[in-house]
Amino acid sequence: MNTVVIRPSMAKIYALESWLAFVQVLRAPAFALPTLLFPLAFYALFGLVLPTRIGSMAPAHYLLATYGAFAAMGPALFGFGVGLAMEQQMGWLALKRASPMPIGAYFASKVAMSMLFALCTTLLLGTTAVVFGKVHMEFSQWLQLTAVLVLGAIPFCALGLLIGSIAKAQAAVAVVNLIYLPMSVLSGLWMPVKMFPPFMQDLAPMLPAYHFGVLALNAAGFKVGNPGIALLALIGFTLGFAALALYAQRRRWSP
Amino acid sequence: MNTPPVIARWHEASKRFGAVLALNRFSLDIHAGEVLAVLGPNGAGKTTALGLLTGLIRASSGHTELFGKDPASIEARRGMGVMLQSADPPDTLTVAEHILLFSGYYAQPRALAETLDMAQLTDLAQRRYGALSGGQQRRLQFALAICGRPQLLLVDEPTTGLDVEARRGFWQVLRGLVAQGTAVVLTTHYLEEADALADRVALIQQGRLVALDTPLGIKSRVGGQCLRFRSNLGEQLLAQLPGVLSVRRDGSHLELRATEVERLLPQLLAADPDLRDLTISAQSLENAVVDLIKEAA
Repeated sequence: MNTVVIRPSMAKIYALESWLAFVQVLRAPAFALPTLLFPLAFYALFGLVLPTRIGSMAPAHYLLATYGAFAAMGPALFGFGVGLAMEQQMGWLALKRASPMPIGAYFASKVAMSMLFALCTTLLLGTTAVVFGKVHMEFSQWLQLTAVLVLGAIPFCALGLLIGSIAKAQAAVAVVNLIYLPMSVLSGLWMPVKMFPPFMQDLAPMLPAYHFGVLALNAAGFKVGNPGIALLALIGFTLGFAALALYAQRRRWSP
Repeated sequence: MNTPPVIARWHEASKRFGAVLALNRFSLDIHAGEVLAVLGPNGAGKTTALGLLTGLIRASSGHTELFGKDPASIEARRGMGVMLQSADPPDTLTVAEHILLFSGYYAQPRALAETLDMAQLTDLAQRRYGALSGGQQRRLQFALAICGRPQLLLVDEPTTGLDVEARRGFWQVLRGLVAQGTAVVLTTHYLEEADALADRVALIQQGRLVALDTPLGIKSRVGGQCLRFRSNLGEQLLAQLPGVLSVRRDGSHLELRATEVERLLPQLLAADPDLRDLTISAQSLENAVVDLIKEAA
């Protein structure tokens, strides 16, 4: 018997899965508002309002890069990490796995969602920086910074994947909160690392967010740290987190 | 007689979770177009058996086939729709968005309007999942299972939490699918449901298949009829009457299971002339299953 096997379009599955993963978190105010507005509020306060009083505009430019990195980490950790933990607990991921969905589409869609969100926060912060902070950069620098901030979400997707694979839903929120803010501050995303005491300056390179900040600052025209090393460090962190997460996922699904 | 082809099977499948043998050399074929009800007490291994078919659980020994392939393969799963006991989709997406997403996983899905209609969700298409009532949420989960026009439908406790009317509505939709040639494997706590829908009943007890028969066959295996009445007679005395298989007190009523009811009745009425509210009915599947499980234990 001759049968023509018709297969669904993989490209369509990945595209729709990604778009709905984005819409899903965008419609959740508890997620979307803090993720979009907190970095903007912090940037406006520390980058625009306070520095104007002391008569300097340099922080508006510098902090655009570092708060841009801070903002790009949020969706990866909360949207991906906490989202995964919740969908596992609700049995949703089990149903997806039992369905004919290619399992890669689930994880790829969460990464795409995180990157799309990072693009939104970058545009939001960038517009604010230009309009209210009089920040001026070459077009190529804008492109570079945007690319770094969007792609820089990936290592934190891997960290989110690891947290979501290990922690229960409620615990995942707490774990992400315990990691996100302290790591951002200690990595110099809220104020330059140089303002820290020396031992804290030595500690910063242990954190992935520090290297993300270095890449973002260099893209924005600041000669800080070593971008080559920062890139290698981020690739290393990504592979490490992903490997641990994969191990945790395998244990979870093949008892 | 032409037997429909086997589309899925467990072959000597065992599954061990630590010290517990959840499924013990379980073998069963599922034929195209049949409705198979899997019954058994909590913890008997029903969900483990279904988990092997969905590929979510791997057998410790033996194997499971879905359309002649490993259930973990995506090609095999494209022929199957699944409704799990509890699997809540994200709250913020609408009914239509959820169905469109799942339809995309299949090669020849139903049109959205058809799926909505079959699951009685047409008026709720634009509503978010989180804003649906419990019964409506269950209907969406059912819609996700049938949107891909699957040849095999796997439903785990589909009507738990539904009211009687909703449950009967669900049966009707399921019968419609079966009429189109869809095979259904369902687990249920409602034996009435298995009786109403199933071609065959598989009874699992402690991970083993202890009975496999038509609902009628299961009922006749235990045999007898059910007498229900009010009386002051003691249970011990009743148990000694001829043909009585078992006696059970149910509140103010007594329930006898007995054979040769025609011979029993005169003696019963002679023993208690004040006996009231007598009904005689065929053995229910529920009683039959309870007895079969007692025998197997």
